[in-house]
Amino acid sequence: MNGHNIMTTAIENNIRLLEARKAQVQTKGSEPFNIACEKQSVAGSVSQRACVFCGSRVVLYPICDALHVIHGPIGCASYTWDIRGSVSSGPQLHRMSFSTDLQEKDVIYGGEKKLEKALLELIAHYNPKAAFVYATCIVGLIGDDMDAVCRRVSARTGIDVIPVQSEGFAGSKKDGYSAACHALDQLVGTGDTSDIKPLSINILGDFNIGGETWVIKDYYEKMGLQVVSTITGDGRVDDIRKAHGASLNVVQCSGSMKGLARMMKEKYGTPFMHVSYFGIEDMSRALYEVADHFGDKDLLKRAQDMVRDEVMRIMPELRKIRQDLEGKKAAIYTGGAFKAFSLVRSLRTLGVQTTIAGSQTGNPTDYKQLAELCDDGTIILDDTNPLELAKFIQETDTDLLIGGVKERPIAYKLGVAFCDHNHERKDCLAGFEGMLNFAREVHGSLCSPVWKFSPFRQKHKEAVGSSQTTEKPKATYIPTNVIKPGETSGGGGESKFATLTIGATEVAK
Amino acid sequence: MSLLRHTKGGEVHERQALTVNPAKTCQPVGAMYAALGIHKCLPHSHGSQGCCSYHRSTLSRHYKEPAMAGTGSFTEGSSVFGGQANLLTAIENMFTLYKPDVIAVHTTCLSETIGDDIPQITENAIDKGLVPEGKFVIHANTPSYVGAHPTGFANMTKAMVDYFAKSTREDKVARRVNIIPGYVEPADMAEIKRLAKLMGLDPIMFPDTSGVLDAPQTGVHEMYPAGGVTIDELIAAGDAQQTIALGPVCSGPAAKALYAKCKVPQTTMGLPIGLAATDKFVMAMRSLNGGFVPEEIKYERGRLLDLMTDMHQYFYGKSVALWGDPDQLVGLSELLMSVDMLPKYVVTGTPGKKFLKRMGDVLGDKVHESFVRQGPCADMYLMHQWIKNEPCDLLMGNTYGKYIARDDDIPYVRHGFPILDRVGHQYFPTVGYKGAIRVLEQILNVLMDRQDRDSPEETFELTM
Ligand code: SF4
Ligand code: SF4
Repeated sequence: MNGHNIMTTAIENNIRLLEARKAQVQTKGSEPFNIACEKQSVAGSVSQRACVFCGSRVVLYPICDALHVIHGPIGCASYTWDIRGSVSSGPQLHRMSFSTDLQEKDVIYGGEKKLEKALLELIAHYNPKAAFVYATCIVGLIGDDMDAVCRRVSARTGIDVIPVQSEGFAGSKKDGYSAACHALDQLVGTGDTSDIKPLSINILGDFNIGGETWVIKDYYEKMGLQVVSTITGDGRVDDIRKAHGASLNVVQCSGSMKGLARMMKEKYGTPFMHVSYFGIEDMSRALYEVADHFGDKDLLKRAQDMVRDEVMRIMPELRKIRQDLEGKKAAIYTGGAFKAFSLVRSLRTLGVQTTIAGSQTGNPTDYKQLAELCDDGTIILDDTNPLELAKFIQETDTDLLIGGVKERPIAYKLGVAFCDHNHERKDCLAGFEGMLNFAREVHGSLCSPVWKFSPFRQKHKEAVGSSQTTEKPKATYIPTNVIKPGETSGGGGESKFATLTIGATEVAK
Repeated sequence: MSLLRHTKGGEVHERQALTVNPAKTCQPVGAMYAALGIHKCLPHSHGSQGCCSYHRSTLSRHYKEPAMAGTGSFTEGSSVFGGQANLLTAIENMFTLYKPDVIAVHTTCLSETIGDDIPQITENAIDKGLVPEGKFVIHANTPSYVGAHPTGFANMTKAMVDYFAKSTREDKVARRVNIIPGYVEPADMAEIKRLAKLMGLDPIMFPDTSGVLDAPQTGVHEMYPAGGVTIDELIAAGDAQQTIALGPVCSGPAAKALYAKCKVPQTTMGLPIGLAATDKFVMAMRSLNGGFVPEEIKYERGRLLDLMTDMHQYFYGKSVALWGDPDQLVGLSELLMSVDMLPKYVVTGTPGKKFLKRMGDVLGDKVHESFVRQGPCADMYLMHQWIKNEPCDLLMGNTYGKYIARDDDIPYVRHGFPILDRVGHQYFPTVGYKGAIRVLEQILNVLMDRQDRDSPEETFELTM
């Protein structure tokens, strides 16, 4: 590797934005704020976006006692095989990959027969509660009548076989969410609701990544609510069937489950509200608003007690973490814009400023709200690409990127810390304990000693001059799972290493 | 509770309509990988956004590197009227913004089914002045319903020959040898080049992803890392004395095309995995360098042989389940046979004519003890059923074996593509004599760990 490479920066290369993309990038404060979005990616851009099928697949996937069959060539199936960390407390059927693996002759003569055979075989073998059949691009093109196949199979097997109209080219991931909602709509309303109490809700739009649905469900149950169904995290077909019996739909995440909530409102009159479970502020507000909705004093009281207890439980550690993070800068690039709001707030709780905020699929209202929330000078992006992202990160001297799988290596190559807040994250980031996990994760990456060796940081240090080194102060917070000698609980950096305990022997230092 | 509790043993019934837990991915990801092995090349996925996003994610997960590629962003309109407008816009945008030297277009199932004529659209782009002077657009057709990722790799590698290789003189350049490395890791490509240079040859290797997908952290977002075969080298390949194609499925077509186009003689052989296969590769190079093998290579070979003899009793009679790409499977099987291990179960989802015959040759008289399956329903599910019916001692293949490894508690060595849950494949080659040492070491580690774990106290050994 030649030495000069290491010292050139993308900024020196002076990257131009694609003309057509200019309207999709704006800086907060440069009024009027009028970002272009909801556009198909420009052909030829290295877009970070996925397709309709991807949207449907990630939304329906966590329904773990259903069969998920992908009608199409092999790739669409093999790339979505068990890639989302949605956890199930029971069946694991959803983690298998079933594909009709279309071959050339199917493309020419149609794949209906093959699909039908596959479905019959699978249903006989696995005995699922229902089956979802996903259309991929090519199915849309060769004109297979999936509806007819599903109807036939349904009649023969006696279970719901539901087509998901998710041809990839027919829009963006967001359209996939809506196709998924239409599929779910076919299940809702088919179950018995006699055992459902008035104080009851459905949890919509949480996918139980790292067990998040469990945490949220637990909060609501502690408040005294009956949770009828969780759609779709740790989802079960039979629960979804009776979802219309719940008194309220609590919907997380702007994009994915709004459609279902709307449909249920229309059909069954179920009211819905939007919430977010990320960060202390948003989490607490969610619980309060739900309590308010029912106008029940006991609910509210229990919610208040719980919030107080939980906040008290996590605050001491958060404060310590904040000491290390104060003044750091973060870039956020999420799938839906809704999550970005929560992240801006959560980062503020940690003393971290947001320099760049963007999403793959936000709409004008989302971005307006995002801009209002952010400080002046924050760059707002719609459907960005790696070059842009890298450019802005370097220009704003950002320390941390929050994003998904395609963003991770970009951050690391730049020598910037990273936190995965997408579906590949491993830990629960929702709720109060999720906030703590989030803080720990951010701290773990931002304060890692590896960045000391990063050329970008070193170069920056030289540029700024050694007197004003940007090198981070030494981390004082120590994660609780590392118990320091002389302390019963973890955290805190005050204690002096007067002695080291090695086994049973006290060794004077 | 077992994750794959749905898989039961018993009679393995024939499926025709269905692939469960595939042992392959699709063509474009192979084409994308190959294209990244050209210096300053931007792959372009001519189709919808989703495919491209999946392919890039898969490469990113496997290499822990950014994988750049453009997407045609097909819409409903393109699926009706064809993707010409998309490709023209894409070519213009990519050259303007990302400034590659080459755009390598591959198709997807969608654009294939629509029937877009890429060369014609490219001509059009050139006529319209969208391709700057000295820049290139190449293409490969990669419909996934007729092949899998190795096919895509082969097609894009052949495209490099079709578009660039030129015969510029009567006689060929002595000692210049084209090496087509096959679908192997960047570390393998670097190792193959190292061996060729040690042999005193002047290798042109294509594709060459070393220095691209194993690039160092520089603090810069390098759109085009330093590695990759250059256009000049690809042109010069037409004057080489010989082409050595490693792996008939992935490298064969390009070598044959180069012979047809520039009359460069070619030998196609298996991947140099294990002692015998590496010998073959070294011998092929020896026939070009005037007949010598440097001490360094002899020494490496000796060390491998030493390891094989030192540890042979640990390998003896162990049975292995393998899945992955045909060229890799043949190479691994040969290596396993050489230490008296049995490739008992072998599946590949990748089609290709000679695979079963090649496996038959490698297995020799053990052929009746092995189950080998190829094609659409040759998947992980089938393999698991076989294992349920009769267990084996070791699993070797990509990440998708981890369910079986856990479910049936079988020692497991990760090998092939993709590996989404471990590192190492980026850094350490498995080809050549040194690579074989690594593979054997990996095998020994898991087998001996298992022995340590399972042996009763009396026979638990310190020295092994
Ligand atoms: S459509 Fe074809 S190219 Fe695209 S992901 Fe599916 S199999 Fe691969
Ligand atoms: S073929 Fe269509 S559905 Fe499949 S991954 Fe590609 S864009 Fe998505």
